[in-house]
Amino acid sequence: MIDLLAQADTAVDGLKAVGAGLGYGLAAIGPGVGIGLVVGNAITAMARQPESAGMVRTTMFLGIAFTEALALIGFVVFILLNFA
Amino acid sequence: MNEKLAERFFSTRKNVDLNLEPERGIVADMLRRGIKIAPLWLLFVLLIWGTDGVASAAYGIALVFANFVAAAALLTWAGRISPAALMFAALGGFILRLAALTVAVIAASKIGVFEPAPLGITIIVSHLGLLVWETRYVSLSLAYPGLGPTHLAQKKCKEMK
Repeated sequence: MIDLLAQADTAVDGLKAVGAGLGYGLAAIGPGVGIGLVVGNAITAMARQPESAGMVRTTMFLGIAFTEALALIGFVVFILLNFA
Repeated sequence: MNEKLAERFFSTRKNVDLNLEPERGIVADMLRRGIKIAPLWLLFVLLIWGTDGVASAAYGIALVFANFVAAAALLTWAGRISPAALMFAALGGFILRLAALTVAVIAASKIGVFEPAPLGITIIVSHLGLLVWETRYVSLSLAYPGLGPTHLAQKKCKEMK
């Protein structure tokens, strides 16, 4: 009985690690798409108006950083599930 | 604001480069603000989580700073090459930086003083906090694409004093 409980406990730990990894991966998909959209549109804007490249790059950099915050939230959930 | 001072400041080669590569200026300004506010945050963490929490929070702040610096360095470097390189650096850099963050946190978790909660909270709070704070000082004009002229001139005034 004790062996069975120990096995179940190990299985729960394993599933928790799998869940954390899957959650982190899924949380990175959205920001990946978002960063692609931000940079793609920034490049279009720079191609249309090269003189505004500096302004567009400022917006692009801040946009990337804000989008990346979503992935960081997934990353923190991964940390908490795995190590807390 | 001293307009002559601002004009002289912007006429230097260094600031022409900063205007062409706004990421560098923005991140340098963010780090300056972050270093100023970090002790307050660490004090707050000390009151809640103790010394282990402070060590983890300090590590979290260092990770966020490194993440910003790496992002700016990659984008600045790629921006000099071509738009395609910029796209590659933005998406490849995103994956690389997430992988580096994961490796850094897993490596730190082997150390005895590791506390996941203050580390995680610090990462989110410092990343978002610095970004939101910086948006107040960013200028979106053709003349000054990075930091706003008023803010840069103030910084230069303080340096000259």
